[in-house]
Amino acid sequence: MSIDYKPAVHFNHVSYAIDGNKILKSVTGSFPEGKITTLVGPSGAGKTTLLKLCNGLLSPALGELYVKGQLIESYEPTELRRLVGIALQSAPMVSGTVYGNLALPMELQNKKLSEDAALQLLHDVGLEEEFLHRNVSDLSGGQRQKVSIARTLVNQPAILLLDEITSSLDRTSLKEIEELIVAINRKYRTTMIWITHNLQQALDIGDFTWVMMEGEVIETGESDLLKSPATEKVRRFVKGGAV
Amino acid sequence: MSYWTLSLTLIFVALPLLLSKTLHLGLERDTVIATARSIVQLLAVGYILKFVFDSESLLYIFLMVTLMIVAATHNAQKKGAAIKGIIWKVAVTLVFVEVLTQSVLLGFGITPPTAQYIISISGMVIGNSMVLAILFLNRFTAEVETHQDKTELILSLGGTPKQAIHNQLMHSIKASMIPTIESQKTVGLVQLPGMMSGQIIAGADPIQAVQFQLLIMFLLLTTAAVTSVMLGFLSYPTLFNQRMQLLKS
Repeated sequence: MSIDYKPAVHFNHVSYAIDGNKILKSVTGSFPEGKITTLVGPSGAGKTTLLKLCNGLLSPALGELYVKGQLIESYEPTELRRLVGIALQSAPMVSGTVYGNLALPMELQNKKLSEDAALQLLHDVGLEEEFLHRNVSDLSGGQRQKVSIARTLVNQPAILLLDEITSSLDRTSLKEIEELIVAINRKYRTTMIWITHNLQQALDIGDFTWVMMEGEVIETGESDLLKSPATEKVRRFVKGGAV
Repeated sequence: MSYWTLSLTLIFVALPLLLSKTLHLGLERDTVIATARSIVQLLAVGYILKFVFDSESLLYIFLMVTLMIVAATHNAQKKGAAIKGIIWKVAVTLVFVEVLTQSVLLGFGITPPTAQYIISISGMVIGNSMVLAILFLNRFTAEVETHQDKTELILSLGGTPKQAIHNQLMHSIKASMIPTIESQKTVGLVQLPGMMSGQIIAGADPIQAVQFQLLIMFLLLTTAAVTSVMLGFLSYPTLFNQRMQLLKS
């Protein structure tokens, strides 16, 4: 990416394979600090794998991966995962209340989350106070996703990974989540790496974008690249996505 | 019981064979094999036990118990094939359970140190421990697979592997222990345990038979708890690597 920003995450010829099947092929590039970068590409492009490498749920087979200027292996796994949070499309919850889920990251460190802090988190993600003691099984898809993001924010991550968090939401919830992500980015200067299948979303929300196909990064740059791609491959992909 | 009388019990084999044939269940071959194997295996064990009891040799007792542990390990480890080094984990668990129970029984003089008691009780303890290991491994493998997203959620929030697998581990331990506890609740009401019935048929005093049955039942409670807890805590670390990543089976 030919942009002069300090990288929050930097990939240097990173490859990843499962049972000899290459998922990522020598990926090189940076995700600028404090910016929203979207990852777009067809299914099976290796986007989720790339995300899981960033917070150490997977490790590269080859190449170097830097987070905040440090080799990823130099971090303790638990420390790295608090620094690099992740929110998933399925927004998995532990059974119980919203408060129980929000308190989880602190409980894992044998600490307690105060109710005031939990209410502030709910406020940050646009949920009413009354949700605090509601059972997570009673939440809608959009509400679950908001709780999932709030829970990730408990660790105050410098980098937030978002894996198709709006793909199963209705239009209203989708807009709310988009606004929420932008607000978090502006308020905390959190670096966002966001996988999306919605190319319009990538254009509207993303500062930068990576287009990935078959484990390779095909194009990177400011999100406007989706309007006038440099390669035929990306042109065909964008046409299919109707931007 | 004479061999003639014993042969008459084959009527109870003929009946399921007839039903299988009539209803086209296709179980005739398996039924015949199971019958033949049980006759050969039990008769062989009977003769071996007679030899060992008569000899009263510590070496033979040791060999018998070792053979039981090897056979039980071989059987149980098949259910945990996805867990690295499962054969050793099962073997260590079975050995520990056997040493623990025999130490208490012999150490406190609850049972006499004779081949008759050591081998019979070892058979029940190891056999029960094997079944518990199979139940636990079945459940644990399924729990880990079903709740993979929750395991990764805890890891991604900065949790350790132990925290990430805690719920699945506890559910599996509990689920594998429940049958033992439940069967003890109804003992004497719904079922008369095999060992007690055998003693009564052989002419033993029913009260003494009940006392021995109570001993065995309490022993099996410990066996159930120790087997599932120990196997659980030996197994879960192998699901993760040094970087605290969940390894896919």
